[in-house]
Amino acid sequence: MSNAELLSTLDMARFAGQGFLRLDAVVPEALNQQFLDDIGHVSENEIGSAIEHYGRIMSRSAIPVVGAGTPLTDAYPPDSALTRILELPKVAGAIESLVGGDCVLDHHFLHITFPPHLLEKPAPAQHNHQDSTVDPRQAFDVQIMYFPHAVTENMGGTRFIPGTHLRVVSEAAIARYQNVLGQQRIVCPAGTLLFVHHGIWHGGGANRSDRMRYMFKMRLAPQRPQQRLWDTSDLDTQTPQRPIFWLGESVREDDVATHLTRNLPWHEQDTGRLEHLNAIRFWRYLTGDEKFDADYWLTRVENEPQ
Amino acid sequence: MLVLYLQNSALDSRVIAWANYDGTGSSRPMTGDSDEPPYSTGVHALRDGWRLFQASTLQQHSHGDEFRTGYLKYEFFFEQLVHTDE
Repeated sequence: MSNAELLSTLDMARFAGQGFLRLDAVVPEALNQQFLDDIGHVSENEIGSAIEHYGRIMSRSAIPVVGAGTPLTDAYPPDSALTRILELPKVAGAIESLVGGDCVLDHHFLHITFPPHLLEKPAPAQHNHQDSTVDPRQAFDVQIMYFPHAVTENMGGTRFIPGTHLRVVSEAAIARYQNVLGQQRIVCPAGTLLFVHHGIWHGGGANRSDRMRYMFKMRLAPQRPQQRLWDTSDLDTQTPQRPIFWLGESVREDDVATHLTRNLPWHEQDTGRLEHLNAIRFWRYLTGDEKFDADYWLTRVENEPQ
Repeated sequence: MLVLYLQNSALDSRVIAWANYDGTGSSRPMTGDSDEPPYSTGVHALRDGWRLFQASTLQQHSHGDEFRTGYLKYEFFFEQLVHTDE
């Protein structure tokens, strides 16, 4: 991955605080078309039913059946659309920065959300959930969601709630939360990739269009501590604590501390502060700097004078 | 049924998440169907005729787990009875 364009420190801080990284139209159109050809996409007019189309794609597409834990670099055939996408400099850089170039493929899956006319009855939106199961690790997997065609609002693009990634919940136990302030939905140009921390709350939307919506998801797992894997040339390890609460006329800068302590629309008054503490702890993991703090949140509760 | 998640344990605090379930079948609320809460606070739901019948209790933090976050804490269940033709 020598051509990789690594993330910057601010990119990583934004990911640490909100749990996602979005690269719009990063995949060129020719590669999107190659991917659609590889999976066996056909026009909606040629499809009799959703089950028939899924069955055909499952049995005939060029998406390989890959054992869990296969090195990502061995997962896809050379010159396949997926290999070429993963080798794009921005894509390779994001992977290397988040989970390391030697990460493994946990699993992949092609999600197809069918339009109502190909279903016996319209499918509702998927409940909000966190993938896999309860996962209290500090290390994290990354899920890449690839949208090979433009996603319009009525196609029900993936919905997700920024900043929920550090919450420890059990998969669909959060299904009751129908709507959460600050939720986002993917509406994007073709070739967009959404990288998410494995813990982010998300779900597929209902497709109300007359087109199929494809989303190819890859879950990648690190094989090394995720410390300083990004371009750390701009990482300032000597930043002094800034004033808090009584700020006078000072303006908050677009810096690491700001991204780790950002109040999000869905934050509860008290646990929103715990989100700050947990994001700061996450940054300590990412930097290996056990003394790091932002706005004194951890220093205050760790102060035990001897 | 209306479920509101509030910013803190006070019923007059701001709504941060919500869910609707319509037992009459006249509407089919689903996940992600709106970005604006139906009421700004729990009290506004009361004023509109919703009856509160359950509120989450405050839990003491267990030792060693004080900083872990998980499910939304301030959950309030409301009901409203309506007449149907059936």
